[in-house]
Amino acid sequence: MITLNHYLIVSGMLFALGLAGVIARRNIIIIYMCLEMMLSAANLTLVAFSRFRVSEGLPDYAAQSLVFFTITVAAAEVAVGLAIIVALYRAKQSVETESVTKLQG
Amino acid sequence: MPAQDAAPTLPSLLLLLPLFTALTILFGHKLLKGASVFLSVASAVICFVISVMLLHSQDSAPMLFPFLSVDKLKIAIDALIDQQSRGMMLIVTSIGLLVHIFSLGYMKEDEGKVRFFGALSLFMFSMTGIVLAGNLIMMFIFWELVGLSSYLLIGHWFHKASAAEASKKAFLTNRIGDFGFMIGILMLFAANHGDVSFAGLKESFASGPLHQVAATQTTFMAFAAICLFMGAVGKSAQFPLHVWLPDAMEGPTPVSALIHAATMVAAGVFMLVRCAFVIEASPDAALIIAWIGGITALMAALMATQQNDIKRVLAYSTLSQLGYMVMAVGLLAMQVGSHLHEAGPGHPAMFHLYTHAFFKAMLFLGSGAVIYACHHEQDMWKMGGLMKHMPVTFVTFAIGTASLMGVPFITSGFWSKEAILGLAFEVKGGSPFFWIGVMTAMLTAFYMTRLFVVAFLGKPRTDSAHHAVEAPIVMVLPLIILAGLTLFSVPLARIFEAMKPDHAETHMTVMVASIVALVIGSGVGFFIYSGKDKDPLNIKVFANKFYFDEIYAVIVKIFQDTVAWIVAGLERLVVDGIMARLPAYLATRVGSAARVLQGGHLQGYTFLLGLGVLLVIYVVVFALPVSGH
Repeated sequence: MITLNHYLIVSGMLFALGLAGVIARRNIIIIYMCLEMMLSAANLTLVAFSRFRVSEGLPDYAAQSLVFFTITVAAAEVAVGLAIIVALYRAKQSVETESVTKLQG
Repeated sequence: MPAQDAAPTLPSLLLLLPLFTALTILFGHKLLKGASVFLSVASAVICFVISVMLLHSQDSAPMLFPFLSVDKLKIAIDALIDQQSRGMMLIVTSIGLLVHIFSLGYMKEDEGKVRFFGALSLFMFSMTGIVLAGNLIMMFIFWELVGLSSYLLIGHWFHKASAAEASKKAFLTNRIGDFGFMIGILMLFAANHGDVSFAGLKESFASGPLHQVAATQTTFMAFAAICLFMGAVGKSAQFPLHVWLPDAMEGPTPVSALIHAATMVAAGVFMLVRCAFVIEASPDAALIIAWIGGITALMAALMATQQNDIKRVLAYSTLSQLGYMVMAVGLLAMQVGSHLHEAGPGHPAMFHLYTHAFFKAMLFLGSGAVIYACHHEQDMWKMGGLMKHMPVTFVTFAIGTASLMGVPFITSGFWSKEAILGLAFEVKGGSPFFWIGVMTAMLTAFYMTRLFVVAFLGKPRTDSAHHAVEAPIVMVLPLIILAGLTLFSVPLARIFEAMKPDHAETHMTVMVASIVALVIGSGVGFFIYSGKDKDPLNIKVFANKFYFDEIYAVIVKIFQDTVAWIVAGLERLVVDGIMARLPAYLATRVGSAARVLQGGHLQGYTFLLGLGVLLVIYVVVFALPVSGH
């Protein structure tokens, strides 16, 4: 039997993996992917809670509609973020975080 | 009665006119040019006339205007007019006037003439303030003003390093005395619940809070009296603060005559006589004061015997005579204290002050005329034979010298010296003072004979002495007037009832002793110095003024170096170290520690962010107590 805890553990592992990737990796594209993974973890939590909050035999759909919202906004955000990365690559010929040092003192 | 109406007008005019003149000269000297000199002289004339008019006014103490009024504390600028202040005012204004006139000639070609007369007017203002003062605070204010004008006038030729040094020395030495004076005032102020007017203090000593204090706390009273006396020690140049007066001779000679012989230095004695009731309340203080006066009189007379500068001889003689007066103050207080009877208004110290003011001013102006005639030569060994070239100066100087030496019966100096010696003779335990007085009188006769013989008799030793001519009329006239006053000031004093002590019995012993002292002193002086071209005696200790300046220099050096060392240490440790360097060090360390966090590494920030989030979650979930449900 799969319970809410299973879902939450998977979601937590996803989030931790994502955070580890964001911290450890230097390639901005991979960091970006890891960020998306953390977002997915959050979505997964929301859906899980929605599924397990049953009232009158039906799950709570409010959370699920919120997840759709999040996915949509995330898609738009990815489009903007990738565009920034492309612009950055054009300027620096690199997508490593070390190469972006212009604001350092 | 119109006289009562007129009373406050005259004193306030007397006080404010010189101030007005000084201010006018200060602000308008460019506009007025030479006229400001005459403005100053005119103000001196008017002041003299007013003080003569005041001579026959009744005793009164009108308030001119309030100065300070806080709750019960009321300090006013007032005018205490009584026998003492009337007499002193006459001295100040008459000698002031003569010195103004003399200066017209003496300072004729001086570039700073206008500045000089402005400062003279300022001095007249401050001196009238002291004389009129009806309370100690007002007296203290004008006391300081007198110190300032003295500083300005000593340093008149400030481009000369020695004059600048001398004015600084005079001012600083006076400050030491003034500090004591201020403490003394504050002690009386505290003991008498804020009333420091002379009338109030006197009443309080007779039957009031101070009467109690004087009876029970003798140490407090002695300390207060000594502190007041410190003011006089500074201003009247008594031992051990006497060192400034001889150096003050760097100022122009008229200034030496007015300020450093006749009036300002006498202000200390004047103040002591005003506060005589304080000293009478403490026999210990009276004894100390008498001793200080005696020591000063004798020591200064010894130093005067070996000086070569004509003005310096006179300066030491002034010191010595001031010592006489201070000694008289102490002695009379001892006598009154032991016999418990009221002191008369005529004080022997004031009497000597009065006669001394005239003949010493005359001697100084005479020396000024000599210096002027010899082209600003002050060394008496470079003069000589002036008798033939300057007959008027010679005669007047002779009269002054005779008066200072105390030639019996005809000179005023004799009577006032007799009064003091007689007092010393009468007072129980006064015999050492009597002998000090006689010794001093003998030395005075000796050094004045020396000065007189060397400068005026014999033959000219230098060209400038050979070509000396009599001084112009504006300089000679004051000399003649002062010589007249020197001879007749005793009968005049009787007419004005100003200064004469009310009991001046003459003792045969005293008179014989002082005449013998005079004959021995001047005889020996004449015998040693007649016809000599250089000093046959050579006593280093006297010539070097007992090495007081050197001793003070060493003391000041040791003291100052120690204080400087301590202050430098504190500066380095506290100001530099704890207050400046320590915060700087802390800020640097905290900064460099915090800088590590801001390395500009994106991942670093994210890691810290993650840590922060974890911390918040940990705190919210596990550490905080569960609230509500």
